[in-house]
Amino acid sequence: MFENISLAFQGIWGHKLRSFLTMLGIIIGIASIIIIVSTIKGTNELIKSNLVGSGTNVVNVQLYQEEYPYDLQYNPLPEGVAPITEEMRTEMEKMDGVAAVSLYHSRSYVSNVFYKNTSFSGNLFGVDAGYLAVNGYRVIYGRGLTQEDLDQRHKVLLLDTTAVSTLSIAGNPVGQVMEVCGEPYTIIGVVDKTSQFKPVIETLSEYYQYMDTSSGNIFVPDSTWPELFRFDEPLSAAVKATSTDDMTIAGQNTADYLTEQVILTSEGNLSYRSEDLLEQAKQLQELSSSTNNQLIWIASISLLVGGIGVMNIMLVSVTERTREIGLKKAIGAKRRRILWQFLTEASVMTSLGGLLGVGAGIGIAKLVSNVMGTPSAISVPAIVIAVAFSMLIGVVFGLIPAVKASKLNPIDALRRE
Amino acid sequence: MLLEMTDICKDYMQGKLVVPVLKHISLQVAEGDYLAIMGPSGSGKTTLMNMIGCLDVPTSGTYLLDGENIAECSDNRLAEVRNKKIGFVFQNFYLLPKMTALDNVALPLLYAGIGKQERRERAAAALEAVGLGERKDFRPNQLSGGQCQRVALARAVVGGPRLLLADEPTGALDTAAGDQVMEIFSSLHSQGVTIIVITHEQAVADHAASTIHIRDGRITEHLQKEDGNE
Repeated sequence: MFENISLAFQGIWGHKLRSFLTMLGIIIGIASIIIIVSTIKGTNELIKSNLVGSGTNVVNVQLYQEEYPYDLQYNPLPEGVAPITEEMRTEMEKMDGVAAVSLYHSRSYVSNVFYKNTSFSGNLFGVDAGYLAVNGYRVIYGRGLTQEDLDQRHKVLLLDTTAVSTLSIAGNPVGQVMEVCGEPYTIIGVVDKTSQFKPVIETLSEYYQYMDTSSGNIFVPDSTWPELFRFDEPLSAAVKATSTDDMTIAGQNTADYLTEQVILTSEGNLSYRSEDLLEQAKQLQELSSSTNNQLIWIASISLLVGGIGVMNIMLVSVTERTREIGLKKAIGAKRRRILWQFLTEASVMTSLGGLLGVGAGIGIAKLVSNVMGTPSAISVPAIVIAVAFSMLIGVVFGLIPAVKASKLNPIDALRRE
Repeated sequence: MLLEMTDICKDYMQGKLVVPVLKHISLQVAEGDYLAIMGPSGSGKTTLMNMIGCLDVPTSGTYLLDGENIAECSDNRLAEVRNKKIGFVFQNFYLLPKMTALDNVALPLLYAGIGKQERRERAAAALEAVGLGERKDFRPNQLSGGQCQRVALARAVVGGPRLLLADEPTGALDTAAGDQVMEIFSSLHSQGVTIIVITHEQAVADHAASTIHIRDGRITEHLQKEDGNE
């Protein structure tokens, strides 16, 4: 075996240019697969870190009907859902893995919020004084919400930086007036997520918004919510977990508690549920993988072409080395030995191509990642599989030439001059 | 008898035409014989040599080599027989150009499944015996024709074959180099190696103890020398 491998290297080294050109197909194929896989893995890790490890460790616990969040925009008030009281909130904060709980109302894709003539189509939140802190916002202009704003039902609002830019507010936004559901609200401040986590994506819809047309978030005192929408709309809870690993359990515990405490009816399949961020991350990762998997298939075509090239060269090589094969058989080489010699040569060649391809792939992935800022991460299993697969290509496409060589009749082989 | 051929026929197919090449050949070679096979080209002597060398099997007849019926052997068994019992010397040497003389000589031992260390030692000894101990790391293209043929001879005898089979061993050599090669044959013969030489040169055949002539696929003459010397 070792003899065969060293012979194969001699053969490859003896025809440097030819061997390199033959390997090129494999090199390109493997390199493109490594690039694609690195990009997929990098994107996945980015999604996970954005979605799950965004640093705030906040899980949103919302009212669900069956499998979907209860949409208050288009649905009537659900019957038999009691409001979440301050006592329940403090009770939840005592639970395992829970650091803080803040209650809020929310609407996505609101339609009746305006700045001058510009309509705002992002998210509107009715929040308590602790919400911004729980969610990791910090005030960058003006001031935050105070207990007084809530108690006095001040018509004030906060914008996040995305909302400021989508509304193209000129000058200092603080002090300017916006229209929310027909009511004038004064902008008191601008908030931003803590800077080290950017972009911050907490929900699936936020992810899509961020990726295409994020319009930002607007926060108003929760005590003014009934004037904008309806009384007794069910609340949601933003649960801050003590650590990323505790997010799932904190979300689950608070959701179970709320379902038990505030859902008074079994009709309508209502329940409180926590969004499982790990699950969402997985979904997003699958989304990005499925498109890239198609790219892998396309790259595989180049491996197929490379394999055919190897087969072609091996056939030429068998013809060229007819005399060598004949002599070896004459002095006692069995069929299997000739077969192995050529199979080894083909797979050494393709494995070498695979290794070079992996090297080139990693290099290009890093380069592209540096130049274009796209994420990439090296996947060790992918490298192992790529090299093993290129070896397999050698075996598969080397088989026909090797069988042909092994079946050569020594007399015919020696006779050829 | 080392080699016993009885009523051997060999036909080749040329398209749909059956061409008989060997016609009812019977031949016996004893251990330690030195036999020359002579004949013009097209006489079937190469086919006979292929048959004796177990490179080909007869269409009919029996061929016993060392008691084994070659006609019934599988491909793999034939390879084993060639490896263990027969040493080949060809007109054009057939050395592998990318290997050193030593590696070329060691090749049959590789197929016999012998370990690397022993292969190298035995190959070096065989090269020493043909007077090329100094050149064992040379490649064929760095050696003269006569030296190449001596390397091929070393390769043929390195495995200790029962039979040394040479096809026009001096055909590609000048007289001096040819004589050198034939001297080695004689010395091997005196050591008890059975030798069969195929040639069309009388000078080569003269070295042998007996000569058969072959023409149109039949043995026409079998000359036995009374003593080994002229």
